[in-house]
Order: sequence, then structure tokens, then C-alpha cells
Amino acid sequence: MLDDRSPIYRQIAERIKADVMSGVLKGDEKVMSTNQYAAYYRINPATAAKAFQQLVDEGVLYKKRGIGMFVSPDAQEKLRAKRRETFFTEVVDPMVAEAKAAGIPLRDIIRRIEELEDS
Amino acid sequence: MRIEVEDLVLRYGDVTALDGITLTLEEGKIYGLLGRNGSGKTSLLSVLAAFRKPTAGRVRIDGQPVFENGRVTSRISLIRDVGETVNIGTGEEALSYAEALRPNWDGEYARSLAELFKIDLKKSVKNMSKGQRSAMGIIVGLASRAPLTMFDEAYLGLDAPARQVFYDQVLADYLAHPRTIIMSTHLIDEVSGLFEEVVIIHKGRVLAHEEKDELLAKGTSVTGPAAAVDAFTAGMTVLGSRSLGPTKSVTVYGELDDARRRKAAESGLELGPVDLQDLFIHLTAEDGAAR
Repeated sequence: MLDDRSPIYRQIAERIKADVMSGVLKGDEKVMSTNQYAAYYRINPATAAKAFQQLVDEGVLYKKRGIGMFVSPDAQEKLRAKRRETFFTEVVDPMVAEAKAAGIPLRDIIRRIEELEDS
Repeated sequence: MRIEVEDLVLRYGDVTALDGITLTLEEGKIYGLLGRNGSGKTSLLSVLAAFRKPTAGRVRIDGQPVFENGRVTSRISLIRDVGETVNIGTGEEALSYAEALRPNWDGEYARSLAELFKIDLKKSVKNMSKGQRSAMGIIVGLASRAPLTMFDEAYLGLDAPARQVFYDQVLADYLAHPRTIIMSTHLIDEVSGLFEEVVIIHKGRVLAHEEKDELLAKGTSVTGPAAAVDAFTAGMTVLGSRSLGPTKSVTVYGELDDARRRKAAESGLELGPVDLQDLFIHLTAEDGAAR
């Protein structure tokens, strides 16, 4: 999140998205129920349901009436594409700004990246 | 159970405890009832439980009046901090008494709760510690499975681990047996996660009644250079402010749309959430409750 520390339901949504992106949760796999999330996070089930609704709106999850929530088959690729779009503005740009503030030359950063790539 | 309260007034002598409460609570949710000392929380719960007769106004629970209406009151349970519901002989006897009174009583659950709270049921309730008596009240309150279950600061005397057991059991039993639950508390931070809706009463009136997540979304802290903070918050409802040298932090109340959020970022301001307890403190501050 760029603007603020987010409310609990957004944190839950982010965690589910991270699991989908990394492949821990696979396409068409069933996710835990709102009640299970509520008990685990010690929150009202209505708050957990908000996280799920947000993910349905974003196309990450889909609902099967009376059965539960499932991961959309194309969710992983969608999330990865979105991440590629925001990666430079959200990760690289702040890193470069911080390096400048700390007086780290850009070539040191590039060398580090190349080392990580080789190892 | 669904609760409808209309223009409710309650006076004790010349003291007005409730000064025109109008409130509708839908069935099957967990409500947080918040208010400062003397705001009227206990008075309101006492009227809902038919412990007190309203001076004026209307109270309907599932469409029925409550006062002197046994058919409705057997389905309503109010557990107060004083624990008077259980001050009957031994722990065992207190449970038998509740069993006779409560149509949905779950004796097995009551016994498992007694184990969780480490209560010796052979002991006389009168001789139990304050915390143990509170736990007895909570056991009776939960195991009664009343369609309207109310806890009025029922945690008094419980230590932190026992309070956590209380909150976890409220949530677990609510998930298994959904019903209307009202919890009045001063320990807002500990329990606010459980609430679906929040009712704040102040000086005998309803100050706010909202879905908790909506209410939380209205509170924002704006932090940055004093001049920029002042410019950004001009015209907004300011609940409070603090300064540290050139830095100022202001709590505002009201929705901030994306355009405003972007503007804050461009002005070098940091936006942060306000938790329910802080929001409550600001909203009920004596020198300018902001609504």
C-alpha cells in the first residue's frame, strides 16, 4: 500500500493475492471459509467477507453458491501482469531514491543485482 | 433477535439516564456498545433486558414489547459485571438454575467453559474471587445461547489471558450458533475486531451507529509540516491535533476520496488509520464532540 497502513480486511486480501501469485494457492483451488478466516484472525466474519468480496471484484476469486470461494484459473497470470506494471514505480524507483539519499552509487546496486543473478 | 428502540427515555428521579434513544439493531450481528462512564450504556442494556421500565418511548424485540413479557425475556440474557445472575450456592447450582431458566442451555458447553476458565464448580460462588465470579457470569451468558445475548463489562477482574479466552469463545460460539450479541466495554482495543457494528452513546443519546469498518474508514490521521497539514485539513472536521516541533498530526473525520489522498501525497503528508479506541476518545471528548 502506498498511502496508509491498511485495514485488516485489505491485509487478508493482500496475503491471499501473494499466495496466488507465488502458486501456494492454485487455479480452481478452494480457499478457506470466511468463518475459518474470522476465527484465525480473531475478527468478525463480516470483515473477513469484505476481503473476499474485494478479491471477487478484482477477479482473483470466484464464488460457487453454497460451496465456497475458489481461485480464478487466470488469477495468477493476471496478478503477475499487474505486478510487472507496478514493479518499477513501486519497488525500483523508491530503492533508487533511497540509495541516492544514502550515497550509494548506482553501479554498486547494479553489481549487487548481477551477483544475485549469478548465484 | 431484532431490536427496535424509539425515543427511549429513562429517568431515575431527576437524573435523565437515557435522553431519546432511537436505534434499530438487525438480528444476528455482534454489536459493540461504547460510551464513557455515565453515558447510559448500562441503562440501555437494562431496559433491553426488561430489568427496568422505560419512562417514555418504545422498545420492541422481535416485534414484542419486553417489559413484563416472560415469553420474550426467557430468550434474552444480560450478564453484568456484578455477576448477580450466578450468586446462587455453588457453581454447580448456579448452572442448574440457568439450565432451568434457559430453553437453549448447553450444559456440556458450560462444563467445558468452566474447565477453560479453571473454575471449581463445587465451590460456593460467593467465595470465588472477583475474576472467577466474572467467569461464572460469562459461562452462563454463553451456554444459555440466548437469541439476544448481552455482556455489560463482563470481563471485570479477569486477567489478560482469561479475557482472551472470553473473546475467543464469544467469536467461536457466535460462528457456530449465530445470534444477536451486544458487548459493552471500555477495553475497546482488545475486542473491537469482533464487532460488526458499533453504537456509541454519549450523554444518553446515540452519537454514532455504523458498521465498524465504515466508521474506521472515516478516521484518518494527517501528519507532516504544520503549514501543509493546516492547508490540507482546512474545512474538514478536525477531532484533535498534536504537534512535535515543526511536525503536526491532525485527526480528521470524514471520507477521503482518492483525489484527496493523492493531493496529500503530493503535499508530502502522511495519511494513517485511526483505531476505534482513538476515534471513540476523540468523538466523545468533552470540549467539542464533533457531530
